[in-house]
Amino acid sequence: MMFKCKEKFVPAKPVEAPADLPADLFEAAEQNSSDLEYIARKHHSALYDGWIRLRKNKAAVICAVILIVITLFAIFAPILSQYTYFDTNYKAKLKPPSIEHPFGTDQFGRDQWTRIWYGTRISLLIGLVAALLNLFIGVIYGAVSAMIGGRVDAIMQRIIEILVGVPHLIIVILFMMILPPGVGTIVIAMSITGWVNMARLVRAQILKLKNQEFVMAAKLLGTSGWKMIMKHLVPNTVSVIVIQIMFAIPSAIFTEAFLSFIGVGLAAPKASLGVLINDGYKMLRAAPYMLIYPALAIILIMVCFSILGDGLRDALDPRMKH
Amino acid sequence: MSEKKKLLEVKDMYVSIHTDSGVVQAVRGVSFDLYEVETLAIVGESGSGKSITNKAIMGLLPIGGRIDSGTVLLGGKDITHYTEKQMRDVRGAEISMIFQDPLTSLNPTMTVGKQITEMLMLHKPGMTKEQRKERAIELLGMVGIPNPTERFDQYPHQFSGGMRQRVMISIALACEPKILIADEPTTALDVTIQAQILDLMKELQKKINTSIIIITHNLGVVASVADRVLVMYGGKFAEVGDLDEVFYDMKHPYTKGLMESIPILHSEDQDLYSIPGSPPDLVKPPVGCPFAPRCNECLKVCKLYPPKTHSFSEKHMATCWLYDERVKGAK
Amino acid sequence: MAQQDNLVVVKDLARHFVLGKDQVLKAVDGVSFAIRRGETFGLVGESGCGKSTLGRTIIGLYDCTKGSVEFDGKDMKDYKSAAERAELSQRMQMIFQDPYTSLNPRMKVMDIVAEGIDNHHLAKNNAERTKMVIQLLEAVGLNEGHANRYPHEFSGGQRQRVGIARALSVNPDFVIADEPISALDVSIQAQVVNLLKNLQKTRNLTYLFIAHDLSMVKYISDRIGVMYLGNMVELATGQELFDKPLHPYTQALLSAIPLPDPKVERERSRIVLEGSVSSPINLPNNCRFCTRCKYCTEQCRKEVPPLREVEPGHFVACHMIK
Repeated sequence: MMFKCKEKFVPAKPVEAPADLPADLFEAAEQNSSDLEYIARKHHSALYDGWIRLRKNKAAVICAVILIVITLFAIFAPILSQYTYFDTNYKAKLKPPSIEHPFGTDQFGRDQWTRIWYGTRISLLIGLVAALLNLFIGVIYGAVSAMIGGRVDAIMQRIIEILVGVPHLIIVILFMMILPPGVGTIVIAMSITGWVNMARLVRAQILKLKNQEFVMAAKLLGTSGWKMIMKHLVPNTVSVIVIQIMFAIPSAIFTEAFLSFIGVGLAAPKASLGVLINDGYKMLRAAPYMLIYPALAIILIMVCFSILGDGLRDALDPRMKH
Repeated sequence: MSEKKKLLEVKDMYVSIHTDSGVVQAVRGVSFDLYEVETLAIVGESGSGKSITNKAIMGLLPIGGRIDSGTVLLGGKDITHYTEKQMRDVRGAEISMIFQDPLTSLNPTMTVGKQITEMLMLHKPGMTKEQRKERAIELLGMVGIPNPTERFDQYPHQFSGGMRQRVMISIALACEPKILIADEPTTALDVTIQAQILDLMKELQKKINTSIIIITHNLGVVASVADRVLVMYGGKFAEVGDLDEVFYDMKHPYTKGLMESIPILHSEDQDLYSIPGSPPDLVKPPVGCPFAPRCNECLKVCKLYPPKTHSFSEKHMATCWLYDERVKGAK
Repeated sequence: MAQQDNLVVVKDLARHFVLGKDQVLKAVDGVSFAIRRGETFGLVGESGCGKSTLGRTIIGLYDCTKGSVEFDGKDMKDYKSAAERAELSQRMQMIFQDPYTSLNPRMKVMDIVAEGIDNHHLAKNNAERTKMVIQLLEAVGLNEGHANRYPHEFSGGQRQRVGIARALSVNPDFVIADEPISALDVSIQAQVVNLLKNLQKTRNLTYLFIAHDLSMVKYISDRIGVMYLGNMVELATGQELFDKPLHPYTQALLSAIPLPDPKVERERSRIVLEGSVSSPINLPNNCRFCTRCKYCTEQCRKEVPPLREVEPGHFVACHMIK
């Protein structure tokens, strides 16, 4: 992550010593030894430094703001709207966007504005819960695998490789067909193999940490087991985990949208962005706005999470050497 | 004494590096000359600006780094304003550089022979493919690599650290540049290998008549290869002179401190002097002499104004207030 | 030499790493020596000689493949109970090489230095803990203001000093310094070495000082052992080793060191060693230095020379020296 120097930096020209200097300046100066170890910069933890770096990344900040706004709308817009997401009104069917219906209505006369924000809420929820589940399973699996090491580690990694070998979506679809449709089902189905990336990342990070000198020093000082994990290993893995979540959420949202699009997702009248995109696709000729708005919503959400995730990765990179 | 030609003149160079934590004023007004067929050692510690100065000369500053002012005259031409294309013609043909870590400086996916012939292709378009291969094998032999014909087709990872450094030297000298800049070439090597490489460099210098700028913090290395020494501290120049002048008649307190903090193998002295404190933070460079807080001969004026340069002989100069005539008992 | 004088006795210590089928890296292969109470024993050698591995095996970070280590008259394996192991970990400590990775970047200096104190319950309450940490920081030339800062805010030399304070926090008798100055600037090296010397006097410490800079090792050590590819090839006092190096490798090593004295450099002639260090994997059972030694004989190619005392206090492992 490099700074681009925009303006020409003009270094301060050194102050030239004037010709006439008082004679006493040429006597020995007093040296204060405590000055020597003084650290000029204000003290911050590395995480706080990361936060400052993130703030400087305009793209990431804008994306964060957009996501916050979208979340707020997703929470409050359906509540504040005079329409619900399921009420039909055949007198008002297939109306294009207007003041009364900012996103138009669908073929059943349902208000798209309410439906789309409701759908966003569901999508975000699914994305978040699925990502958190992945986090939970992935972190524990990866940490245990790395901590125990040896044969146990090898076996656990082979299991992952088998899981990864089977096509992820096929498993999910099969599960969806067996279990009753609903948000819970989708989340569980996606969590079957979704945690694998997190597990691998956490394992790699902990293996790397195990060989670091500060971990060895802690061992020699008597730290072991739970203390070692909580004091030394986890705090240095947090940034890896946080960044991975930032990418896991849009991935989960997209997977759910895909499932709904192919018809295996939520049942009507419940709507997620995927369902809405599917509905909109069917009505593309008659009412293109039915596809455009939900599509825009999902694209915006995914792009913002990705950019934010990239920004976080740059900002949290623990850099000790300058 | 015959007048040696000046190959390189660096005048009043200022280099700054823009980083996340602020603008680091890495080099603040450094000037020096390099003459024909001599070895100039630039000595300094981290933050002294020694590496950045030379990267600036080569046009290889890191992203965020720029030359703010000053000139670099190569054979009379100012190369600070050269475009990247012009610098490509200069690098390798007129000035070459070798780095500290041969592991990361060589391309791991290219055979060693190809890396040399590429250099030749760039600057000597008249050669045929066979001629280039022949020359590359000749170079590998010249730097002391046994079985050069076989090793021409090998990859860097098949060589040991010392051998890789030799390969780097052969690439750098392929087009017989007038100047070779060696940035800590032996710091990552074992002592016995270091001795081999330093001997090699001296031998090659005689053969090809190159001038060498060697950047190091090891005064032993300086004593064994250098003709002249330039000592840098805090982005500025502290002392420069002939090897014997700087080692036996040091003028700058930093040079003295540095010399006294190195244990001499053959002496039985029991005390090692250590310069207290650490090098200055160049994001907020100190106002006066950068060495003032750590200097045991510090005067009041040292903390207020940067010192002037004083000459002690034709080549020996130091930047220090102690030699101003207003100091009582001035030397 | 009375047995009680020895704090650490290393007997025939070997540490092998199995890299794969039939690939054994004998990093340390049969090393025996003793470290006297209160002395500084220097260990030198170039890359691949095994000195760092030896240090880590002695302190227990690696298990020994063969041989044993006695600490204060008792074999380390005999410190079996939890209390005994805790005692051992308090009496032996280590200072590491890389100032950038030897401190946990997410912990404040106060907590880094107090880790040993916390683990062994050396402080009765928080106030005492803080006092102990500040005393340790002052002992290494830092001050109270540094306790609340994070490692990335310090320079390399300061970080090394924090590492030293951490090692001293449990009041050890024996400290292994594993290349503590190699990563530091020249002027800072002298600071750290002088600090170590002072601390030795005030705290009655015994040091094993591992480094590749023979000049610095000679300055701080009483006796020095020279290692080559897993074996100790020569052992003598610093002055004796320099005045009369007997082993061809030691002679070459000393001759290769450039001295900061131009007149001496101009006049000396070097012993230049041909070739480079052979691979440490699958070492044959003969003198390891044979491939580069100009005195190599048939006997050298067949047997590993034992480390023998050829003069009082001066040990060499070479068939040529009687």
